[in-house]
Amino acid sequence: MSKPKVAFFDFTSCEGCQLNKLNFENDLLDMLKLVDIVEFREAMDDTADEYDIAFIEGSISSPTCVERIHDIRRRTKILVALGQCAVSGGINAMKNDQPSDWVREEVYGDDKYLFPSLPAMPVRAVVKVDYEVRGCPMSAPEYLHVLKSLVLGRKPEIFDHAVCVECKLKENECVLDKGMFCLGPVTRAGCDALCPSFGQYCTGCRGPVSNINKNGTIEMLKAHGFSVTEAMKRMKLFNTNDMEKSISWGNR
Amino acid sequence: MSRDLSINVHHITRVEGHGNIVVDMKNGVLNKAQLDIVEPPRFFEAMMKGRSYHEAAIITSRICGICSLGHQIASLKATEAALGLEISEQTKKLRKILVHGATFQSNVLHALFLAAPDFLNVGSVFPLVETHKEVVLAALRLKRLANDIGDIISGRAVHPITLVPGGFTRIPTEDELFDLKMKLVEQGLPDVNFAADVLKSLAGEIPVFERETEYISAHSEDEYALYDGDIVTSDTGIHPVEEYLNITNEFIVPHSSSKHAKFSRSSYLVGALARFNNNHALLHPPAKKVATALGLEAPNYNPYMNTVAQMVEVVHCIVDSIDLIDQLLEDGLKKEKPNQQPTRYGRGIALTEVPRGILFHDYTYNRQGIIEKANCIIPTGQNLANIDNDMRKLVPEIIDEGKEAITKKLEMLVRAYDPCISCSVHMLDVEFIE
Ligand code: SF4
Ligand code: SF4
Repeated sequence: MSKPKVAFFDFTSCEGCQLNKLNFENDLLDMLKLVDIVEFREAMDDTADEYDIAFIEGSISSPTCVERIHDIRRRTKILVALGQCAVSGGINAMKNDQPSDWVREEVYGDDKYLFPSLPAMPVRAVVKVDYEVRGCPMSAPEYLHVLKSLVLGRKPEIFDHAVCVECKLKENECVLDKGMFCLGPVTRAGCDALCPSFGQYCTGCRGPVSNINKNGTIEMLKAHGFSVTEAMKRMKLFNTNDMEKSISWGNR
Repeated sequence: MSRDLSINVHHITRVEGHGNIVVDMKNGVLNKAQLDIVEPPRFFEAMMKGRSYHEAAIITSRICGICSLGHQIASLKATEAALGLEISEQTKKLRKILVHGATFQSNVLHALFLAAPDFLNVGSVFPLVETHKEVVLAALRLKRLANDIGDIISGRAVHPITLVPGGFTRIPTEDELFDLKMKLVEQGLPDVNFAADVLKSLAGEIPVFERETEYISAHSEDEYALYDGDIVTSDTGIHPVEEYLNITNEFIVPHSSSKHAKFSRSSYLVGALARFNNNHALLHPPAKKVATALGLEAPNYNPYMNTVAQMVEVVHCIVDSIDLIDQLLEDGLKKEKPNQQPTRYGRGIALTEVPRGILFHDYTYNRQGIIEKANCIIPTGQNLANIDNDMRKLVPEIIDEGKEAITKKLEMLVRAYDPCISCSVHMLDVEFIE
């Protein structure tokens, strides 16, 4: 089999996911043996007409973004959303909660319509997404898993259990017990419980699990003296779009 | 002599974010030479309001992945100033090591992966894997080392985890710090000296161009200012950080979704070259030696030399990290808890040097520790007017070299500034209406 042609694209984002992907210095040269990087604007001048796998970072937040992502979808066989901005709108979507006109006026004054802007959307709101790598920044273990599977022609596995599970496996001291407001019980695993492993609470950067145990969660929050409203607010940090639409935790 | 020239580089490569270079010359008259910033604005202000002091650094970190540590540092310092949170000497030293790691990571990435291909006439670093394997490997090792600093002290290099107002959620062990120091000594120093030698052999490819401008950076009496200091400008001297708005004077131009800035002149320069010009006397001797070897002498008015100044700083950061680790190990690491007992509420202003230049964060908190107002001024935004001014001087000087050569030199110029466009369109600077 010839090496798959891989391309990377960035939309509205901090480019942290792209950077994170360059952080496997020890494996980087080996990886280059397995794939052929044909387009990657931040690192190279070349462009290509077609790709086997396109990795997309960032959310869709302007009319130009919409056009570009359509063009990429037409050229690629597989499309992978890289990081929470691309998967759910990520931190960019926090602005969706505010009146757009007012926000623009505050920043640009009379020139508010100089730079077209849309609500920050996930890539899947506009074109079909085949696979996702979650996290802000995208979780390194999951990225390597998806990349390897695709290169080998396999279907990557999708995680849908809570960060708590990974955290217990690592035998970390629970940060909830230390008085921190941790979202680990409702956040999707796949990061190896990175934040609690460093003494910090989970901010929910990989988004909620699809099946939240509502009653259990509410009990657990209450037991630690935290409110459901506050939990929702914190979860919105990286997941405003998800929290608005599909998920309701009942008595807010 | 009448000449026409039209250049439009759409989405310039090997820079962070989206920008276009536009040049328009008719009959020898330069109508336009500018960098258009076309990145969609991100409206961070809408995200900050109503968030607690625990979250400020988590949010502003996401303005930019490459500068995430710098944003966290500026953010934490602003929060600590606003809430009256004292931090320990140990916290300060650990943060300084992190700043060094982030600075040399970014500088290595820029000088060796993004800028060097121009000197070797290739379009990316990938062909160099074949032709210049040793230097690519050295650069990768340096990058790894910078990431090790981030991983060990802060959990990860992109959007660090352990930094919180008042301190750290986890203190590294003495063994971890000792291992880090050994790597810096045994691997970091030889690798950076080798990389500097390679850069020296390529120095002939750096375009000759000069335009004196105002140079603005942080300044400290005791050290080459990165983590902290006052503001210093080459035109007007030292100013306290509280005066930053008088210095940055942001304004809107139609060709850029990022605001521009100016102080004493129509533009000013921030970043490694400004720091070098203003503070070179405080560099560690090995860094000074490399500067001399690379032909960098203060004051230097060639913006292309920013890349060289970045390399000099890599040496300084490695040497200073070793010093700081020695001090920490000598004093013994204490298992300190972060100090999160606010003693006041109100406004806090802070600066820090990030790889691309001086960065300001300014927050106002209410009595519940919730953000009411936020402002954040980014290095790339401060450099944009200066880039345009450089282009306007450069294009007529090289007009005889032909379109292709001119385009390349303009791209190299923009790259030399190492612009970070995601940062520049963060748009945090708004007054909230209650
Ligand atoms: S998901 Fe996070 S790290 Fe990735 S681009 Fe978005 S803000 Fe940056
Ligand atoms: S622990 Fe939570 S916040 Fe941290 S990386 Fe994992 S999902 Fe994201």
